[in-house]
Amino acid sequence: MAAKAFQKIFTKITQITKATCTLKASGVGNDELATVNGRLAQVVKIANDEVTLQVFTGTEGIPTDAEVIFLGKAPSLKVSELLAGRFFNAYGDPIDGGPEVDGEEIEIGGPSVNPVRRKQPSELIATGIAGIDLNNTLVSGQKIPFFADPDQPFNQVMAMVALRAKTDKIILGAMGMTNDDYLYFKNVFSNAGVLDRIISFINTTENPSVERLLIPDMALTAAEYFAVEKNEKVLVLLTDMTSYAEALSIVSNRMDQIPSKDSMPGSLYSDLAKIYEKAVQFPEGGSITIIAVTSLSGGDITNAVPDNTGYITEGQLFLRRDSDVGKVIVDPFRSLSRLKQLVIGKKTREDHPQVMNAAVRLYADAANAKTKMENGFDLTNYDERTMAFAKDYSTQLLAIDVNIGVTEMLDVAWNLFSEHFTPEEVNIKQELVNKYWKK
Amino acid sequence: MSTKGIVKGIVSNLVIVEVDGAVSQNEICYITLSGTKLMAEVIKVIGKNAYVQVFESTRGLRVGDEVEFTGHMLEVTLGPGMLSKNYDGLQNDLDKMDGVFLKRGDYTFALDKDKLWDYSPIAKVGDTVKAGDWLGEVDENFQPHKIMVPFVFEGEYTVKELAPAGKYTIYENIATLTNAQGEDIQVNMIQKWPVKRPVTLYKEKPRPFKLLETGVRTIDTANPIVEGGTGFIPGPFGTGKTVLQHGISKQAEADIVIIAACGERANEVVEIFTEFPHLDDPHTGRKLMERTIIVANTSNMPVAAREASVYTAMTMAEYYRSMGLKVLLMADSTSRWAQALREMSNRLEELPGPDAFPMDLSAIISNFYGRAGFVYLNNGATGSITFIGTVSPAGGNLKEPVTENTKKVARCFYALEQDRADKKRYPAINPIDSYSKYLEYPEFEDYIKDLISEDWIEKVNEMKNRLLRGKEIAEQINILGDDGVPLEYHVTFWKSELIDFVILQQDAFDAIDSVCPIDRQKYMLDFVIDVCRTDFQFNGFLEVMDYFKKMINLFKQMNYSEYKSENFYSFESELKKLIAERA
Repeated sequence: MAAKAFQKIFTKITQITKATCTLKASGVGNDELATVNGRLAQVVKIANDEVTLQVFTGTEGIPTDAEVIFLGKAPSLKVSELLAGRFFNAYGDPIDGGPEVDGEEIEIGGPSVNPVRRKQPSELIATGIAGIDLNNTLVSGQKIPFFADPDQPFNQVMAMVALRAKTDKIILGAMGMTNDDYLYFKNVFSNAGVLDRIISFINTTENPSVERLLIPDMALTAAEYFAVEKNEKVLVLLTDMTSYAEALSIVSNRMDQIPSKDSMPGSLYSDLAKIYEKAVQFPEGGSITIIAVTSLSGGDITNAVPDNTGYITEGQLFLRRDSDVGKVIVDPFRSLSRLKQLVIGKKTREDHPQVMNAAVRLYADAANAKTKMENGFDLTNYDERTMAFAKDYSTQLLAIDVNIGVTEMLDVAWNLFSEHFTPEEVNIKQELVNKYWKK
Repeated sequence: MSTKGIVKGIVSNLVIVEVDGAVSQNEICYITLSGTKLMAEVIKVIGKNAYVQVFESTRGLRVGDEVEFTGHMLEVTLGPGMLSKNYDGLQNDLDKMDGVFLKRGDYTFALDKDKLWDYSPIAKVGDTVKAGDWLGEVDENFQPHKIMVPFVFEGEYTVKELAPAGKYTIYENIATLTNAQGEDIQVNMIQKWPVKRPVTLYKEKPRPFKLLETGVRTIDTANPIVEGGTGFIPGPFGTGKTVLQHGISKQAEADIVIIAACGERANEVVEIFTEFPHLDDPHTGRKLMERTIIVANTSNMPVAAREASVYTAMTMAEYYRSMGLKVLLMADSTSRWAQALREMSNRLEELPGPDAFPMDLSAIISNFYGRAGFVYLNNGATGSITFIGTVSPAGGNLKEPVTENTKKVARCFYALEQDRADKKRYPAINPIDSYSKYLEYPEFEDYIKDLISEDWIEKVNEMKNRLLRGKEIAEQINILGDDGVPLEYHVTFWKSELIDFVILQQDAFDAIDSVCPIDRQKYMLDFVIDVCRTDFQFNGFLEVMDYFKKMINLFKQMNYSEYKSENFYSFESELKKLIAERA
């Protein structure tokens, strides 16, 4: 970036750490961008005439007489319809060989929506996957992560959800993604012929990790443009938020902040909330839905990242390999969509809430029966029936390869109920039993 | 001449200001950033440097920007017109703000300037009055809103003049008071109070003893909370904290409900905005929103204002309590408030306590819970603030500083449990770990015997014993197997399951089951305890399970039916037939 006439240039760096450098400068605003020998950096601390900059690409090779130019603005993105179909890096520069995007320049990480200007989410997002639509129904304006171990096929499921959901734009924010996965997404989207409604902001494992901190705000600034200005339904995919949190902890560590749980900064909750809370349903019809990935280490959800995330997002989805049927299923016990109450039984058939709960309860009974069997106890006839039910339920509904409509899912569930149980054992409101029980 | 200063340093929302005069701790100041003024609070002073926490984003702030100090602490404006408003943590009226996004430095007035209120005097000319005494009354959403001698007035005053009954705005004088020095002071309907200072204008604060009905069986029956009581709900995410809190705020028998959404999800607040205006207050038949105030500082709103929000809500609760009203204050979640304290303490580079929380966390929490309570006002009337806070323990581990410090001060403990939530046994309150200290208060026991029945507490305790016994047996069956234990163990276990399914579990999304009035709770507990005390005949443990499952199913149908309706009685008579089969 070339220096312009009004920009101030400084050349006296007094302190350099791995991620930051400090210099004497004046007239600098908080959060402002600068370049240090051409590398992009951002103001993170000002003390009298000492300004500390976070250098996104790291400080390797930065000399104490580096040329520092302050750009007089916070990180920003040029937004317009032209964003559609393009691939960008963390700074919003094109990486697909195409031209720079023209448009209005907007500072990223902008203000929050006034809560009284939000509308209550009420539109179901159908994915065809019964483990989601039946048990953990998604709603537009919702924010929900997959909690998954790195070996699980969360990116595939996410891509499937993105393609089946009826949305106007899909925005992919990739943080610390392997190049292979990046190419996978690119392939899937172009094979489906939907590249023109997809916008991607990519930080791969090959890019500096601190750069990732810009990805969610870039993606969401673009999302806000389409949702607010164009009243479009926007789906934002953020993967992987654990990589984002790791970058946060690196920076806070370099700034000598006292770490709290799991070496994460004390502000982790607020930092994550600022991103996820951009999910919104606007009264004019536009919406931002966020589906994210939080990768776990050995399934541990008490780690600070998944734990704080769980308190912010509206539920979470867990994938699990069901060894009894040999398929990956959406785990009905640990998965939860908090907003499902807004649509199930209202936008879907009246029996949805009770059918969903009854099936999960019976599945839980099957898990108990299985424990009993493993401990070498005799099984009752009921135990055996629940276990048979569990297998059918897993294969016909929970497996991620299922692709049917919600009403059909309910019918399948009633079929399974009548096949394995009596109405008393299913414990559903009598009027619904009278209406839907398969005789 | 007020104190001024200039910005010297910035780290996130902590700003160091060099001042030219006196400043006080917690004083409010405004920082000018290219034309807009950002509100901030002094949290530390070293020499000429005041450390202030800014209630907004500090993006673009520069060294040398000007700061003006106001000479007062963070205050709220109190007067008629607060009910049914949606405020942010600093009491800005959110509905008065323009645009979809919150703009920095956009501060809006908390009350309505032009609205005329139907006023009638209560005091008489010549009365001697002091701070908090009632001068008159206006009708605010059908609540008798008392106009009081401003809380900041010290000493005694004589009422010199009183406006006659009529319509007035909040700015019009409604009384002239004469102080001991003979000076006349005009009083209108608005007053201000610093949020971090408790309002203590009452005669006496006895131990609370009156049941506060919530319509939730596992609370009212098993672990009741009282008017002026304190309770807290810790629970891992996904265990139904928010659903439970919303349920309580919808159903509780309170005059005023204040909900402080502190650092939680915006969509949850939107749910309240959307639903409350349509919901009927089960006690008055009017709309719920009319008696509700929402203080919304959601998780993406500035962190410093999050800390302020709970104090703002508490001060408004104290104001309504001084009118002799029953106030229910809910804060979701106090952990977010503690985290806001931690973020600031961290930036101030204070030595951290456990889990990097500030060392005085325990004192801050107990002082805050201490502001709730049941009081006798100076004129003999009673008022109360019942406070229920949720706690979001990191990793679901209850051995963390916020939970532990709250446990020391809150009298009711509602332990939400992952295991119950996984099994969809909602509300997922563990009946054995949870407690209400009020059950041990003799004054509560007298009250409840009078209200419900002589043997109520005895039955509640029997119910809890049976649940504990059931849990022990379940563990034994797990180890020894179904046929490794005597038959009567299965019966005892299934009796405890019956209690769990019929009394403890409740469908918060069913129109009928979600609210269970206390007389219905009595009816069901009496019935269930009768069944538990009955001896049944069985020939094997398989029969026990089938039989009790049938029974539970019928009892649940009863819970889903309108109380004492035809359906209700028909399920009941079916049940009685079933019981007679084996009794």
